[in-house]
Amino acid sequence: MFSAGSDPGANFGELLKRVGLSPFSAKTDETELTIPHATTCVAMRFAGGVVMAGDRRATSGNLISHRSMEKVVQADEFSGVAIAGAAGPAMEMIKLFQLQLEHYEKVEGHTLSLEGKANQLSMFVRSNLPAAMQGMVVVPIFAGFDSSQNSGRLWDYDVTGGRYEEKDFVATGSGMLHASTVMRVAWRRDLVADDAIKICAKALWEAADADSATGGPDLLRGIYPVVASITKDGWRSVSDSDLAKIYSEIGKEVGSR
Amino acid sequence: MSMPFYVPPEQFMKDRADYARKGIARGRAIVALQFDGGIAMISENPSTTLHKISEIYDRIAFAGVGKYNEFDQLRVAGVRAADLKGYQFSRQDVDARSLTNQYAQILSQMFSEGPKPMEVELLIAEIGQDSSSDRMFHVLYDGTVLDEHDFAILGGDSDAVSARLKSEFKQGSSLKDAIRLAVSALSGPDRKLGNTELEIALLERNGKRRCFRRVEDDEIQKLLK
Repeated sequence: MFSAGSDPGANFGELLKRVGLSPFSAKTDETELTIPHATTCVAMRFAGGVVMAGDRRATSGNLISHRSMEKVVQADEFSGVAIAGAAGPAMEMIKLFQLQLEHYEKVEGHTLSLEGKANQLSMFVRSNLPAAMQGMVVVPIFAGFDSSQNSGRLWDYDVTGGRYEEKDFVATGSGMLHASTVMRVAWRRDLVADDAIKICAKALWEAADADSATGGPDLLRGIYPVVASITKDGWRSVSDSDLAKIYSEIGKEVGSR
Repeated sequence: MSMPFYVPPEQFMKDRADYARKGIARGRAIVALQFDGGIAMISENPSTTLHKISEIYDRIAFAGVGKYNEFDQLRVAGVRAADLKGYQFSRQDVDARSLTNQYAQILSQMFSEGPKPMEVELLIAEIGQDSSSDRMFHVLYDGTVLDEHDFAILGGDSDAVSARLKSEFKQGSSLKDAIRLAVSALSGPDRKLGNTELEIALLERNGKRRCFRRVEDDEIQKLLK
């Protein structure tokens, strides 16, 4: 017996769907999925390391679902991940990735090479492909300091787990176009850490300015993007007070245009 | 039809215990002792890559004496159990007591039912918020668990090392004093151990998530000077 609203009537195809025998799998309507999505993250190389940065906003359709999400996280002492896409699978992927690196280090007695870590993340992204086909896409950036080459390195990924090493800078998420334009214009090969931090902060500002899903600095609540640098001395987060100064300078510069 | 000889269970157990004890006594001892900042573990180990002391989890360390391949297998099993538990529940739910019980289960089963008992002795050390909540569990080859306080000695000539350590041990001593005491207890009056013959690792109340740290050769040299 079917309830009045779901009675297939004389339609045999619909009947097959109702009893779960349809040869065609049920079509998921992606607009019905209102899971939170994380948005823009960037990474940039400078002489001596890399900078990673990400905004704090997560959106569900047109709504802002979280204002203080951390999408840029430390993976281990010398590397970090930034993630854009469906927040649930993304956070789970980060947790699993951190655990994988630590587990390897403990079992083997030494850390994975940076290339090995990048490859490992690629496998995680690939295994998420079935979920990505249902609209739960996760696209990370991986960056770190490679002690064997004595330089910072960074990678971006596609949904199939494709891994691409980038030389200068990379952006991911809905605001990636605006952010990467800012970085492309400002990037120089001899940047120092402070310059790279400022450029990344600016890139997120411009992305937030033009993309509704990307959050800018929230002065009212004191929420700033997560910005961190990785050098031969390891991971270092930029403090909120430093970011407040950087963003007030950017604000002045934009106001004087 | 051939019949196996009757072996009384007492004799069977004694033979197995002798076998395991002999294997363990062949190796060098490990000393673990509390100092003002945590727990220090010191062993005589000329190899720089085959470790006797390792990290299991944020606040838990593992030390093994006896047959290397056997205690290393147990170490990896411990890392797996701890990481799985932390993933499934929370990092703070991983504790030394439950890990020790798992080790005791494995060792007692191998002792009574396995093809041969494992020739190992283990120490599972955990540091708490202060020294009163530090734990040192000593597991013997047959699965016996000892809850040790102040210090623990595994394998080798443990009675002699223990006698030397006991008379000098003081609670709340500095890292330098604790390591000097442990090294002199390990070496005895007739020998001198150099920094390259020692493997030293610490569980430190350092305010970070991971409290395990290896003390490298140059730092050992400074501490022993």
